[in-house]
Amino acid sequence: MYDVAIIGAGVSGAAIARRLSLYQLSVVLLEKCADVSFGVSKANSGIIHAGFHHAPASLKARLEIAGNRAFDTLHAELGFPFRRAGIIVAAFSVEEMKTVEHLYAQGVQNGVPDLEIVGRERLLSLEPALSRDAAGGLFAPSGGIIEPYRFAFALAESAVANGVKLNVNWEVSAAGRQGDAWEIANARGEKLSARWVVNAAGLQADVISALFGGESFVIAPRKGEEFILDKGAGGPSKRVVFPVPSRTSKGVLVIPTVEGTVMIGPTAEEGDDKLDTATTPENLERVFQLASAMVPRISKKDIITSFAGLRPTLPGDDFYIELSEKAPCFVQVAGIQSPGLTASPAIAERVKDLLKTGGLSLREKPDWRPGIPHMERTRDHAPWEIDRLVARDPAYAHMVCRCENVSEAEVVEAVRKGHTTLDGIKYYTRSGMGRCQGGFCTYRIMQIVSRETGLPLDRITKHGPGSEIVRDRIGGGAPDARRGTA
Amino acid sequence: MIHRNVDAVVIGGGSAGLAAALALRTAGTTVAIVEREPFLGGILLQCIHSGFGLHEFRQDLTGPEYAARFVGPVREAGIEVFLNTTVMEIGEEPTGRSVIALSQNQGVVRFATRAVVLAMGCRERNRGNVAIAGTRPAGVLTAGLAQRLVNIEGCIPGRRVVIVGSGDIGLIMARRLTLVGCDVLAVVEIQPYPSGSARNIVQCLNDYSIPLHLGHVVTRIEGRDRVEAVRIAPLSDGRADAGKERRIECDTVLLSVGLIPENELSRAAGVPIDEGSSGPHVDADLMTGAPGIFACGNVLHVHDLVDYVTEEARRCGERAAAWLSGARKDAMLPVVPGANVRYVVPNACAAGRKNVFYLRALVVKNDALLDVRVGGRQARSQKLSHVQPSEMIRFSLEPDAVPERPAGEEAVVEVSIR
Repeated sequence: MYDVAIIGAGVSGAAIARRLSLYQLSVVLLEKCADVSFGVSKANSGIIHAGFHHAPASLKARLEIAGNRAFDTLHAELGFPFRRAGIIVAAFSVEEMKTVEHLYAQGVQNGVPDLEIVGRERLLSLEPALSRDAAGGLFAPSGGIIEPYRFAFALAESAVANGVKLNVNWEVSAAGRQGDAWEIANARGEKLSARWVVNAAGLQADVISALFGGESFVIAPRKGEEFILDKGAGGPSKRVVFPVPSRTSKGVLVIPTVEGTVMIGPTAEEGDDKLDTATTPENLERVFQLASAMVPRISKKDIITSFAGLRPTLPGDDFYIELSEKAPCFVQVAGIQSPGLTASPAIAERVKDLLKTGGLSLREKPDWRPGIPHMERTRDHAPWEIDRLVARDPAYAHMVCRCENVSEAEVVEAVRKGHTTLDGIKYYTRSGMGRCQGGFCTYRIMQIVSRETGLPLDRITKHGPGSEIVRDRIGGGAPDARRGTA
Repeated sequence: MIHRNVDAVVIGGGSAGLAAALALRTAGTTVAIVEREPFLGGILLQCIHSGFGLHEFRQDLTGPEYAARFVGPVREAGIEVFLNTTVMEIGEEPTGRSVIALSQNQGVVRFATRAVVLAMGCRERNRGNVAIAGTRPAGVLTAGLAQRLVNIEGCIPGRRVVIVGSGDIGLIMARRLTLVGCDVLAVVEIQPYPSGSARNIVQCLNDYSIPLHLGHVVTRIEGRDRVEAVRIAPLSDGRADAGKERRIECDTVLLSVGLIPENELSRAAGVPIDEGSSGPHVDADLMTGAPGIFACGNVLHVHDLVDYVTEEARRCGERAAAWLSGARKDAMLPVVPGANVRYVVPNACAAGRKNVFYLRALVVKNDALLDVRVGGRQARSQKLSHVQPSEMIRFSLEPDAVPERPAGEEAVVEVSIR
């Protein structure tokens, strides 16, 4: 019997799990996919918003500001890639400058620190890559950039290190009351019970709510397509560049990622298919047109990959984080779309408070550890420092991914931490994320996974069961796990 | 950190690196080869089909056999070979160059050297580079990765295969996958003509009745966990004709959509890159714009035959050795692409000696004429029965074609196809 079961190991669920790991509670984190963040969170744009986009009355605005403030401490404790690069909103007309003034007033009211309205000259000096047509804009130095999956992985790792149980490939398919606890089952017939349930199921939050007899609502997927440009693109911008927002979206942005590539997007399209993560040629054109109008240096020549994500939206577009009034001991964490990642530390805080209000007793563990071990990466070191790493493990000098300079030791670490799919290893190490997109390193990583886990090559997947990389072996039979070095 | 002093460091132990290193060693210089993989031979080792060596050895060899012709002599010649070793940086020193590498067995290795030969080869263009829309399931891989999985690991990626692009590796894999029992359902090429060689179209597609759809694009990849289908459509006025779109059910998509010389290391070392070839700009000695750094093979420009890689790399090694021995540089004229030519390599021509050039055309043309002009005057013309961008054209200029003192300051060698 667990005290709390959290459904969904996206960035919200992982943040909640880590927050609750501080207390003397038994907590289980349930994820239907093969790894943490594989649902909505992996396609996040990776921005730590400053907090000027949302009206002060909204829950979003409050949690966004509080969340933003938490990132310096979280970064120090968990070591995920993060930098306060600053956010710019670029206006291209007098009309747009009026919206900028509105955003400024809203931001000041929300409590955004050091926010400023800037004229054309200051704007261009803050971001020299910007189009000369810019009229002026807004500058929020507290905005930042982050690797969303690494953040989610770090939260989950910290939670697990402090006693939380993480179950992946565990899709909740049935639930019912047993006395004063919930009994939860998956399709394989495995069961567990918990006194409290937190519904952080992202796109499936409506389905999970129905399963537990909670409130009835509909999560609508709003699709966003994004494009990644190579590092050689000269890092077209130093800061995150936003257009002046529309009513439904913050617009197409130019984002310098923490690791040096550039992301442009996302689009925002309402749909009803929660599985539709396809990109389209039309949106490729549109995104490039919009992005290069702001930052002219952007070129299609530099695209290395594209992807689409789905935002789980609720009517009214605010977060819905409340104790259920219909289902007992059930907390709703729904409609967590942008700025969900920024808000996640504050979402976790709110859920902790709701659980306390609901009667869960919270006593801190005396031995809670906020930090996780620092992950060594060969590329972070100058050559004369690498010998120190090599003395510990020669695999730090065996480069597996040549585009992102990832060593075998880093891949092995990912596998040992439970990231055994190619996507999971990619998100953890960046191997396969560079300009060749795995053309050279895929087979090496497959060999390492096979060696470390004993899985035969035909059982190694891209992102979980059904996504095997190879299907067969010449002459029939299963491919052997290859031994020896990759 | 391990320190090594050698006259020349060759980066890459594939076909180019092997031939360049041998030529350097034959000329009496000390050489080290730095190779990322645990073996020498590069991509040749996964090319188990034949067709290699027809020019170089007048024999029809497989890739591994061709590689073996060089690996043996390299081992015997006293060339120091660093396997499982990745070059991270080429630096400049008062006495020449430094090369810093990471070795699985030796940790950090620092070479102090006078010459560097870039022989890193190329990489495959991927799905992102050609922006194919749709979902991102398992089962989408480059043809070269598939070749590695099939020929070295013995794995079959899938059973029903569509190949996007008609580059040579894709064509070779169409045949290879057919031979291991897969159904190759289509090869889809955006251009109105094939990207691979005529020989491979006949021997890899026609002989196995594999349909080639020219002037077609893949409009979408479908499938959530695994590829389920692709949609293809003919191009009409440069756009996919949605009315004629059709769906092909398959579980695997191979991409053979071009190769890119891998010059990230070169760029970081300050080597200027030629827009046309995507490789370093080189003089008649195959020396790049960075003194002491030479380039050959697919890192310089993408070749269609390994025999030409060998020829070019051998010359590169010889010229690098001559440069190391302090030989006076010959007078050189710049070489520029003229009409219908994408690039000519090298980008300069030496006076008073034989010069060999490789070029790629921008057009498909029958009964074409290769027209070489030195300072505006025709130095060579040659009939070419058929020209297409996928087939490299090799030609040479005899020692007397380029005068020792060319007339006029602006004298250039212009190469056109008419």
